[in-house]
Amino acid sequence: MSFPLLTATAVLPAVGAVATAAVPAARRTAAKWLALLVSLATLALAIVVLVRFDPGGARYQLTESHAWISDFGVRYELGVDGIGVALVALTALLIPFIVLAGWHDADPLETGSRRWRPTQGFFALILAVEAMVIISFEATDVFLFYIFFEAMLIPMYFLIGGFGDRAHQQGEEAASTQRSYAAVKFLLYNLVGGLIMLAAVIGLYVVAGSFSLQDIVAARANGSLHMATSTERWLFLGFFFAFAVKAPLWPLHTWLPNAMGESTAPVAVLITAVVDKVGTFAMLRYCLQLFPEASKWATPVILVLALVSIVYGALLAVGQRDIKRLVAYASISHFGFIIMGIFAMTSQGQSGATLYMVNHGISTAALMLVAGFLISRRGSRLISDYGGVQKVAPVLAGTFLIGGLATLSLPGLAPFVSEFLVLVGTFTSHPVIGIIATFGIVLAALYTLVLYQRTMTGPVKPEVSAMPDLRVREVAVVAPLIVLLIFLGVYPKPIADIVNPAVKQTLSDVHKSDPKPDVEAVK
Amino acid sequence: MSAAAVHSLWTTAATAAPIAKIDAPKIEYGQLSPSLIVVGAALVGVLIEAFVPRRSRYYAQMLLSAVALAAAFAAVVALAADGYGTTKAHIAAMGAIAVDGPSLFLQGTILLVGLIALFTFGERRLDPEAHGNRVDSFAAQAAAVPGSESEQAAVKAGFTTTEVFPLLLFAVAGMLIFPSANDLLTLFVALEVFSLPLYLLCALARRKRLMSQEAAVKYFLLGAFASAFTLFGIALLYGYAGSVSYATISQVVDGTVTSVDPALADTMGNDALLLIGTAMLVMGLLFKVGAVPFHMWTPDVYQGAPTPVTGFMAAATKVAAFGALLRLLYVVLPGLRWDWRPVMWGVAIITMLGGAIVAITQTDIKRLLAYSSIAHAGFILAGVIATSKDGVSSVLFYLAAYSFVTLGAFAVVTLVRDAGGEATHLSKWAGLGRRSPLVAAVFAVFLLAFAGIPLTSGFAGKFAVFKAAAEGGAVPLVVIGVISSAIAAFFYIRVIVLMFFSEPRPEGPTVAVPSPLTTTAIAMGVVVTLVLGVAPQYFLNLASQAGVFVR
Repeated sequence: MSFPLLTATAVLPAVGAVATAAVPAARRTAAKWLALLVSLATLALAIVVLVRFDPGGARYQLTESHAWISDFGVRYELGVDGIGVALVALTALLIPFIVLAGWHDADPLETGSRRWRPTQGFFALILAVEAMVIISFEATDVFLFYIFFEAMLIPMYFLIGGFGDRAHQQGEEAASTQRSYAAVKFLLYNLVGGLIMLAAVIGLYVVAGSFSLQDIVAARANGSLHMATSTERWLFLGFFFAFAVKAPLWPLHTWLPNAMGESTAPVAVLITAVVDKVGTFAMLRYCLQLFPEASKWATPVILVLALVSIVYGALLAVGQRDIKRLVAYASISHFGFIIMGIFAMTSQGQSGATLYMVNHGISTAALMLVAGFLISRRGSRLISDYGGVQKVAPVLAGTFLIGGLATLSLPGLAPFVSEFLVLVGTFTSHPVIGIIATFGIVLAALYTLVLYQRTMTGPVKPEVSAMPDLRVREVAVVAPLIVLLIFLGVYPKPIADIVNPAVKQTLSDVHKSDPKPDVEAVK
Repeated sequence: MSAAAVHSLWTTAATAAPIAKIDAPKIEYGQLSPSLIVVGAALVGVLIEAFVPRRSRYYAQMLLSAVALAAAFAAVVALAADGYGTTKAHIAAMGAIAVDGPSLFLQGTILLVGLIALFTFGERRLDPEAHGNRVDSFAAQAAAVPGSESEQAAVKAGFTTTEVFPLLLFAVAGMLIFPSANDLLTLFVALEVFSLPLYLLCALARRKRLMSQEAAVKYFLLGAFASAFTLFGIALLYGYAGSVSYATISQVVDGTVTSVDPALADTMGNDALLLIGTAMLVMGLLFKVGAVPFHMWTPDVYQGAPTPVTGFMAAATKVAAFGALLRLLYVVLPGLRWDWRPVMWGVAIITMLGGAIVAITQTDIKRLLAYSSIAHAGFILAGVIATSKDGVSSVLFYLAAYSFVTLGAFAVVTLVRDAGGEATHLSKWAGLGRRSPLVAAVFAVFLLAFAGIPLTSGFAGKFAVFKAAAEGGAVPLVVIGVISSAIAAFFYIRVIVLMFFSEPRPEGPTVAVPSPLTTTAIAMGVVVTLVLGVAPQYFLNLASQAGVFVR
């Protein structure tokens, strides 16, 4: 038996989480270093996965399959396609930066405070989330995926509710209340989505008699498994609802601004750049492959919802006074793009959406982490509390600008490629929607540049006049991300090569019974 | 006239030969050994109360009960290993007791639950010492009026009610027989054997005695009504079938037996008797499992009873009663399933929704767990309704999973205390996660299991029953079950929020350090919860092998 590489990528952070949690209370720094080392080792493993993955090879590679709960027909089946491997790599890439950026986020406050901040718990929870996210990207068994899709809510919930910003403009008591509200809202939204999906998962098993993604897809393709149209649609809706909450899609998005606003910047990055990707990833992998007909049936509605997300998210981002909430609404707008790309049902659209997932992860991480550094210096999330920072802390302002420009998809930076692909892909299949979505880019320029202008330019506000520039640790977090953004913006081919074959296969699954030639013709 | 001639005036010689001997009933002692061991130990326990000096009673009773329950469990395992759960399943004790897979599985579960409950019963480190004596959760002297001088005297003398141990054993014995009863009379006797000790146990709280006694009276009155219904139903079913035996009744229902008992010629085969009788009998059982609308006693009794008793009752009663319900519906009344399924659909729906919705408004942790147990009864009913082999095994699995979570959760409740005893009001649990992270984390594990979060036993169980129900064609039930799970998740999460994200109160409760007894109980709960969540296959297999009733 070969070395179970995929299992290792998930087990390593899981073991690391337990080990980190077990570090004695007094050895706080040791716990941090342990978490960082584990996350770097996971990154190394993910790179091995990436190297071992052959884009031209079989659809699912590095597969593992073991009996697990035979009574439920559940097997422990792992395997990655190009989309999965890209997202595993993204997750493994971002976690070390999240750990490093959150280095002091869980330090105990000054003596006398009753706030409870177990440092070990913070880093252990981050690693636990990493393990669960990675395994849900790798699972090819619907049940296995579902288990970790649901279970990752619990560590996320404690991360949101247990650790907030060090300083808060409304005082500790109010912050605590808002934080637990945000955590509960996050959990309930996602739990309800997940439970509805549970009903659909059970229904799928009753209809298909199996949880194996490959078996079901194969059975549907060769006609041995027939699904009534209405059954397929109901099951699709059950799955899609859960993913749309997670992604999040308008009008199920309202938990995201609360969750991102109240949690610390690294946790906010964890939510939007890592955990939420499971939702869009699952749309591609599960909704489209398991329910191709229903996916096509639902496409018009979903495209409109995605369009609303794009415009609505961007408009609300323009109106935000709180930096973190602004980034959250911008993310909603971006998730609209990703979902639009997926359901455009063209290969450019879906390649673009997958690239978008990766690029959005990196660009949001860059922007949000710098924003976090900024907020921790001033102790306020309000845009109006800042001004003229670029004169005081030029490196901070510069990196913030690059993160912002990436968010607005400036050509030359990575998100541009993916946004362009999504728009082209949508335009070829749904021109009107593609045209309207383009306005999202204009709004993105508006909210990003206005944010930069208000916080970084203009006269230096007295409160920020003594603001220190980025420290070495902080530069170490931001610099690699920016390098990646530029590199992938100029040369996106490595990722595109990995992603494209998987996208084509997914698309061919959807079009199996309805081969529309125009998709190929446009290309 | 001769004496013989006179005698013949008013007698006549029987045609048959006089009865030379009564055939001794054939009792398979070996197969009945689990129940017999427990009953025997309970009787010895009574003798201990009578003859052993007071200061040694606690130790003698603990030892006896633990040994008896463990031995009975070993007997169950031996029987199962011998194949009585599968190939050698048969009906023992002249048709009164079924020894088959479900019986043995449920008996094993009940015995383990009893053993763990025994540990919480015997806990004597939580309450502060009274006059230099270690005390447990039970009244110093049950007969002493609360607040009276005789009570104070009893407390001062360091009395403890060691009678709880034989009572526990009697209750366990009744519960062992209840799900394996194979005729209606045995069923009823078993029902009373386990109910009466529970009524008593409920009244024995050391603190808040009036509330405890009120709970016991409520439980007793409502329980007596339920028993009466059950008995009435049994009588009507006898009138319908001319027999109390499960096998005969099911044959009469199916129409395969038509030989009419002449004495019952008027009533036999009368559908009105069958339907009313079934309804009353099922009502009695639904009362015991705490299904809506027969759930009214649950919150009051759970709240008032001493917490170890609540834990035992919540876990074991549910196991026993669902076992009996399963056997009744699957063995006796499968021919009537088109009549009872719609009714049970209705009951399951209002039980799931009712339990989950009312639980939201609760402010007392014990009442909250009571309503949560009602919602769980609804989930289990969904599995019962499946009417399939998977239905049986999923219910068995769920019961095993649920009972350990419940025991563990109530054991944690006994730890959180303030000056008035257990601090059960939810507001007092605020910030517990900061003060005692370990206890709060353990309780959070139990709550997550109740909520059915993956990787806990609650998820595996819920998945099993919902899958069985969906395969049995009850898809709407699954959808409603999922919705009530979401509602239920809200209040479980609320408690977690309270424990971890609220500021601790300065005058908040302390967490008592328990003896190894309660620690064991809680640790068992955690281990079973996680093992059944991550690697349930072995136990699902066991439940699935045990999923066939003998008829």
